[in-house]
Amino acid sequence: MLLRHTPTEITERTALTINPAKTCQPIGAMYAALGIHGCLPHSCLPHSHGSQGCCAYHRSALTRHYKEPVSASTSSFTEGASVFGGQANMLQAINNIFTVYNPEVIAIHTTCLSETIGDDLPQIKKKAAAEGKVPEGRYLISASTPSYAGSHVTGFSNMVKAMAGMAEPTGKKNGKVNIIPGWVEPSDMEEIKRITGMIGVKTILFPDTSGVLNGPLSGEYKMFPEGGTTVAELQSTGDSKGTLALGEWCSADAARELDKKHKVPCSILDMPFGLMATDRFIDALRTIAGVSIPDEIVNERGQLVDMISDMHQYLYGKKVALVGDPDQLIAMTEFLVSMDMKPIHIVTGTPGKKFEKRIKELTKDMGCKVNVKAQGDMFLLHQWIKNEPVDLIIGNTYCKYIARDEDIPYVRWGFPILDRQGHQYFPTVGYKGGLRLLEKILGVLLDRKDRDDSESKFELVL
Amino acid sequence: MRKVAIYGKGGIGKSTTTQNTVAGLVELGRKVMVVGCDPKADSTRLLLGGLAQKSVLDTLREEGEDVELDDIRKAGYGGTWCVESGGPEPGVGCAGRGIITSINMLESLGAYEESEGLDYAFYDVLGDVVCGGFAMPIRDGKAEEIYIVVSGEMMAMYAANNISKGIMKFAQSGSVRLGGLICNSRAVDNEEEMISEFAKKLGTQMIYFVPRDNDVQRAEINRKTVLEWNPEVKQADAYRGLAKAIDENKNFVIPTPLEIEELEKLLMDYGLMN
Repeated sequence: MLLRHTPTEITERTALTINPAKTCQPIGAMYAALGIHGCLPHSCLPHSHGSQGCCAYHRSALTRHYKEPVSASTSSFTEGASVFGGQANMLQAINNIFTVYNPEVIAIHTTCLSETIGDDLPQIKKKAAAEGKVPEGRYLISASTPSYAGSHVTGFSNMVKAMAGMAEPTGKKNGKVNIIPGWVEPSDMEEIKRITGMIGVKTILFPDTSGVLNGPLSGEYKMFPEGGTTVAELQSTGDSKGTLALGEWCSADAARELDKKHKVPCSILDMPFGLMATDRFIDALRTIAGVSIPDEIVNERGQLVDMISDMHQYLYGKKVALVGDPDQLIAMTEFLVSMDMKPIHIVTGTPGKKFEKRIKELTKDMGCKVNVKAQGDMFLLHQWIKNEPVDLIIGNTYCKYIARDEDIPYVRWGFPILDRQGHQYFPTVGYKGGLRLLEKILGVLLDRKDRDDSESKFELVL
Repeated sequence: MRKVAIYGKGGIGKSTTTQNTVAGLVELGRKVMVVGCDPKADSTRLLLGGLAQKSVLDTLREEGEDVELDDIRKAGYGGTWCVESGGPEPGVGCAGRGIITSINMLESLGAYEESEGLDYAFYDVLGDVVCGGFAMPIRDGKAEEIYIVVSGEMMAMYAANNISKGIMKFAQSGSVRLGGLICNSRAVDNEEEMISEFAKKLGTQMIYFVPRDNDVQRAEINRKTVLEWNPEVKQADAYRGLAKAIDENKNFVIPTPLEIEELEKLLMDYGLMN
């Protein structure tokens, strides 16, 4: 009982977070930047307590989830840098990075310290360019990512917006559609490309971490893996005929930037998790491409609907607790509700009151009370579960403590997953991904049934 | 929209000069927003008739991150919009970060959008550019023209020279320029000539000489700008003149700060003239 001190009685807390349901902005920025081909994320990093801790932490957080090496550099702030500003370190770093590693893009994100001392990255970038520190055909992009505002999702969104800032319209349309997938797994990005390929839509997917963070072990180390959205593609996003942004929190800002700056019209959809959100995504692609939906996709949809109806008896009325990031939770809540399951406790650590509003709308016909909180924590989720137990928990690895203490079936989904494998390789977006989610949910629910059923009720066929 | 930042030594009269000038611009039919970038939150007192403004940071602290534009800006004299960044009590926290947070928030809430119909945004910034946060208003894409309030006193000129160094750094990589020195007279010997010469050495102009007049103090006691308190007095005309000069100003430069010896010599030359 590792969490035995969590009390059932809920008292109002205003100044204390316990077991947060979010992490640092730069982790999101770094993940997004890894979706650019030939990119070295660069963390403008404080050094106040002896070690270059920020950068090391962000890298290890991503490595622990993706099980791939994550390269990133740091400005190595010292006490001097925090007094005199980080410009000198940054300029030196730019010089070193292009000399030693020569990436196509350096994606710079700030940290709490550089934000607090007020370093002006756009100004530093201009100075670096003016001093000839940026070689021809090489680029610097930057996002402001103070961790004391927002969450890792905000950092992701800020860096994706910086990527959209690389657009350089030529005035000639490229006939493509920009797809901003949001913070999904490399496998999900691959799946989105498979789906758009089947429908016959030419796309620019950014960021695209497939082939970067789920690469093969080939015996040869590559500093810059094959995958990622290329600079040429990013520059071309301003010539696309439209943008589909998946997820209001992760992707909308970048899409709106392209709309505002280069008049590339955008639609903002939910992330395509589950039946209905995938329907809307497919429909949007169909409209843009002006084609009818290919049979393969209709078939995949049918398979998902088939499994939902075959197994409905085991899903019906099951209460679920969810924790994760807003865009993912919105789609997941809708998926669960559509299968007559009851997501009753829902927490995200990311701020935004519109999250609570959206969840309330999605669950309004469920006929029971729903606890939902943005900027909440997992301690609160645990307390809710103690007050009203659930049949299933869906969330990241940190849920394992609650699942173990309360003996509740549990599906790992979201970020980070530190203790199981597969998320990098098997998608959960689209209809196929829906099947996989369902397989996982049914797996734990039926395992529990097999464990708990009396001998007379123990069935061979379920 | 023109974005203007007013800098100068602490106590030189930046807030008073800014608000009186803004009142003058209002008379010229301009729509103005004043953003106070001082933790004391006293940059809009004369336009609002008292310290009535709840600061951006107080609002943020009390209401969380879901803030709306109307929560943080208030309509003041002549249809001006007044915003106070606010900040921590003296001796704690980080006032510079406060400025960064508030200006980012105003931008994300759309306070500078064309639909707001602003002719001017004025940033009234505390004392010296002591840290990165206080330089926020002159980062690229923010204020494009800067006026330094100065008097003929040594320390005021020293501060103005220092601020010019800051502007030079930002001007080299951005669009910010120095629009001139505003001499807020302390009745020092040969003040007007000296500041004119100082301005010339900085590569700029003395855009206006605001004479010293107790009517400014009287209007302040009444929590009003001079133009509102008594539009007939001579000092009201001085501010009208300054407003007009700013409105018509076309002289924007990258300043050339002086070496300290040069600055001291200037003082010697003009201070000992009599």
